[in-house]
Amino acid sequence: MPFGLLKYGFAKTYPANPILPKTPELKPSYDVVIIGAGGHGLATAYYLSTVHGITNVAVLDKGYIGGGNTARNTAVIRSNYITPEAVRFYKESVDIWTGLANDLGINLLYTQRGQLTLAHTDATVRTFRERAEVGTHLGARTKMVDLKQIAEIVPCMTLDPEARYPIQGGLWHEDGGTGRHDAMAWGYAMGASRAGVEIHQKTEVTGVTVENGKAVGVETTRGTVRCGQVVQAVAGMSSVVAKMAGFRLPIRTYPLQAMVTVPLKPFLDPMISSTALHTYVSQTARGELVIGGGSDPYELYSTRSTLDLKESLIADTLELFPFLAEVKLMRQWAGMTDMTPDYSPIMGESPVQNYWLDAGWGTWGFKATPVTGKRMAETVAAGKVPDILQPFRLDRFRSFALANEMGATAASH
Amino acid sequence: MKLMPCPLNGPRNISEFACAGEVAELRDPADCDDTSWAEHVIFSNNTAGVVREWWFHTPTSYWFIAERNTVTDEILRTYPAGEVFKARFDYAAAKDEGGK
Repeated sequence: MPFGLLKYGFAKTYPANPILPKTPELKPSYDVVIIGAGGHGLATAYYLSTVHGITNVAVLDKGYIGGGNTARNTAVIRSNYITPEAVRFYKESVDIWTGLANDLGINLLYTQRGQLTLAHTDATVRTFRERAEVGTHLGARTKMVDLKQIAEIVPCMTLDPEARYPIQGGLWHEDGGTGRHDAMAWGYAMGASRAGVEIHQKTEVTGVTVENGKAVGVETTRGTVRCGQVVQAVAGMSSVVAKMAGFRLPIRTYPLQAMVTVPLKPFLDPMISSTALHTYVSQTARGELVIGGGSDPYELYSTRSTLDLKESLIADTLELFPFLAEVKLMRQWAGMTDMTPDYSPIMGESPVQNYWLDAGWGTWGFKATPVTGKRMAETVAAGKVPDILQPFRLDRFRSFALANEMGATAASH
Repeated sequence: MKLMPCPLNGPRNISEFACAGEVAELRDPADCDDTSWAEHVIFSNNTAGVVREWWFHTPTSYWFIAERNTVTDEILRTYPAGEVFKARFDYAAAKDEGGK
């Protein structure tokens, strides 16, 4: 046995199965080029190839797969939004999530542990009522809970009426859950490459070739590629890439900082979020507490962390869980969030023909990966934006038909 | 703590300030259709690099202009708005057409 292990360790051909085939040479042309090999880009490639039979697809990324915001979010999956358009859209994502591990053949550690959002003011209680009604009407399990029910759901949380911001009530979302973000990206990447999609990591797009108002290719650090259609799925860099294609977006990019504590014994089953305290907390399967906050106060293309944000975020979290005061932080990081004025994404046409947008994902993109991939693939295959994506088209900013989700983000930004 | 060199108050903690976005060419509300108004108010250059922005020191209600790099988080220069805006803008009162 020890000898066998040694032989295994020294074997030239490492027996483990590589997740992805080696990056091939770039072909001179593809039917579809997807810029960005994060969850959204890979999911779009997966559904294009497996559902629509479009396999001559290249996914290009300047880094590695799932190395951007796919790896930087706090992995919350929920559908308790406020506008019917958004609830319908995110609910479809949650529905796909429940069977996704089987579809992709990879363990996504997906658990529906429920999400509890806290109201500290009467105004928030009123928006909760609306969210509960809209959610219930559309089949997303969302209901109001009072202090007694909150104490049953999270016995360890402080419900002190003398607190700085006393808790008035909660929005209990049983469908809320978490999943493993890296595994999701790998699962979509494996599925797409099995179906014939090429994934080109370390291939940065440096320009978009537009002829007569039509996208016909992209320039990359590994050469120029022609293509029939382009999909832009580059959270955090949406404005920069859109500029290459020659247009502006209603996006402002801010860092969002998060952190993880050392592992603790399991004590917190549901995910807790509070807009008034700008914080959301959940405990991972490993016992670490994931704590996320609102966006930084000013625009920045950076993933640096700051002590200011840590201090305020920790202070707010301790309002809910004072017993965490002595717990040490293990990691901190930030992601770049492409914030839109109405806190909703931008999907569909761009001002350039054959150039499709999947942008403006701010702080709400991870949960929507499956539905976005499925519906963006449908958009590209049919050349037409499906009904479920209509409310999220770029045009809404020129016709002033915004889909306001400001009150339903996990933390105010 | 990050410091913002305020032209009026000297270096202060950046948490005392609010950023109000890029200095943009002002539009005349009386002569601006919906599309260009949306372009002005909603759309953004969102530049990765050096930008020129309006900043506000909240405790003293003081507006000024800052040039900073949005990639490196460096503040390059701050100065009173009077360096850029030499004259007062006087618009003719826009006719209220009920949100046409």
